[in-house]
Amino acid sequence: MNVWRIINRSILITPVWLIYFVGLIPATVLFYRAFFNNLGADPLKTLEHELGEYALIFLIILLSFRPIKKLMSLNLIKFRRSIGLLAFWYATLHFLTYIILDQQLIWDLLIGDLIKRPYIIVGFFAFLTLVPLALTSNIWSIRRLGMVKWKNLHLLVYISAILAVLHYVLLVKSWPIKPLLYLLVIVLLIAFRFLLKRFL
Amino acid sequence: MGKNRFKYSEITPERVFLNRRSVLTKGLSFLAFSGANSSSWASEGYVKSQWSSNAKPNSYEDITTYNNFYEFGTDKSDPSKYAHNLKTRPWVVEIGGLVSKPGMYDFDQIIKNIALEERIYSFRCVEGWSMVIPWLGFSLSEVLKKVEPLSAAKYVAFETLVRPEEMFGQRYNILDWPYREGLTISEAMHPLTMLSTGLYGKELPNQNGAPLRLVVPWKYGFKSIKSIVKISFTETQPQTSWNMQSPREYGFYSNVNPDVDHPRWSQATERPIGKGIFAKRKKTLKFNGYGDEVASLYSGMDLSKFY
Repeated sequence: MNVWRIINRSILITPVWLIYFVGLIPATVLFYRAFFNNLGADPLKTLEHELGEYALIFLIILLSFRPIKKLMSLNLIKFRRSIGLLAFWYATLHFLTYIILDQQLIWDLLIGDLIKRPYIIVGFFAFLTLVPLALTSNIWSIRRLGMVKWKNLHLLVYISAILAVLHYVLLVKSWPIKPLLYLLVIVLLIAFRFLLKRFL
Repeated sequence: MGKNRFKYSEITPERVFLNRRSVLTKGLSFLAFSGANSSSWASEGYVKSQWSSNAKPNSYEDITTYNNFYEFGTDKSDPSKYAHNLKTRPWVVEIGGLVSKPGMYDFDQIIKNIALEERIYSFRCVEGWSMVIPWLGFSLSEVLKKVEPLSAAKYVAFETLVRPEEMFGQRYNILDWPYREGLTISEAMHPLTMLSTGLYGKELPNQNGAPLRLVVPWKYGFKSIKSIVKISFTETQPQTSWNMQSPREYGFYSNVNPDVDHPRWSQATERPIGKGIFAKRKKTLKFNGYGDEVASLYSGMDLSKFY
């Protein structure tokens, strides 16, 4: 099919740096607007929440590469590392915003949160699971670990995704629709990876 | 046949019912509170209240664009986007229960002969942020006294309007509509407890709970119920919306208290809204700083149990 060839061709010619460039635009705009107090009445919460949401979105994009490949024969593996690292960077910015700007390095508050608040605990672990993945997102680590070990390690990203979306669902009051939609998408992606595997 | 069964033909069509209401209230307004000329919305001015603080209020924009009013959506910017759909006139408040003068009272009738005061209050949300708001209004007790509660009345219950065609958020069961709140009678009669009809010298914007809302400055913001259409006096503790949603997280009293954490976050500090991303956290004060006035209402009570 013609459209398919065009899409595959555009994937081929799109340079990876473009993904980094486009991917970092939202963070740049957010910090710019936050700094100049142009993010509404509560710029800090907006900044914090949006950074977290972008991390989640990049995780979802990353996990959708597999079904896109299986169902639509489009291979996006070329962008996997850049999208994964973008997810990690957004999670890091989200985490730092929480610690420095929101909780203002008040350690009593931070430690209290980390011991007592399920959504903080879950979010913190989501972030922790991303760290080894980001650290090993390079050719040297793949060589060092070997493909099998490396692949097994990187299955951890499914844990990161489910923890990240749980962090969101646990945070909100009542049951608004948006976090539940994210949860549904991630559950479907996980189901696709681990349950439907044998049928495809 | 159950007692709730009736023939369809017995149900009054809504239009007739509403008309009947407005006739009733028009009639009533001649009966009750006869006296001075009917003042429609009071642009005649207001006095500074003795209960007002000297804190510097947040900007009008902050106060009117950052709202939790789930009847219009769960995002804080939703109310300012969608609340203009709400028609706030005519506005009838049903006052009932254990009270000598129950009835359907029109908004204008309720505020008649009551002097408007400006009260700058601090507003502390259970989510951990705070604002300073220059409310216009009067003590709730002024209205309650007019309708003469019976001595058996121990609590006052409030309800918000339900009108999904104008309040889009009510199409989702995010809470069990109508929004409900309640106070003990002594909390309700406390002079700090106010009914607000405006802010910043202007009529209350819809997103802030027009035309009539409660403001209880020593309690978390969700106690200050908006767009009130029903006030009833009860002997037993009324159900309140957030408590129904999650009793572990939101108690009936919900007094601001830095020593009692919300299960999901600390209440020890708060972020003042309107000071940018580098605004320093403030220590939260017990009873939101109104302890001298209201602590006696709870003497002998274990506030970690009655949260």
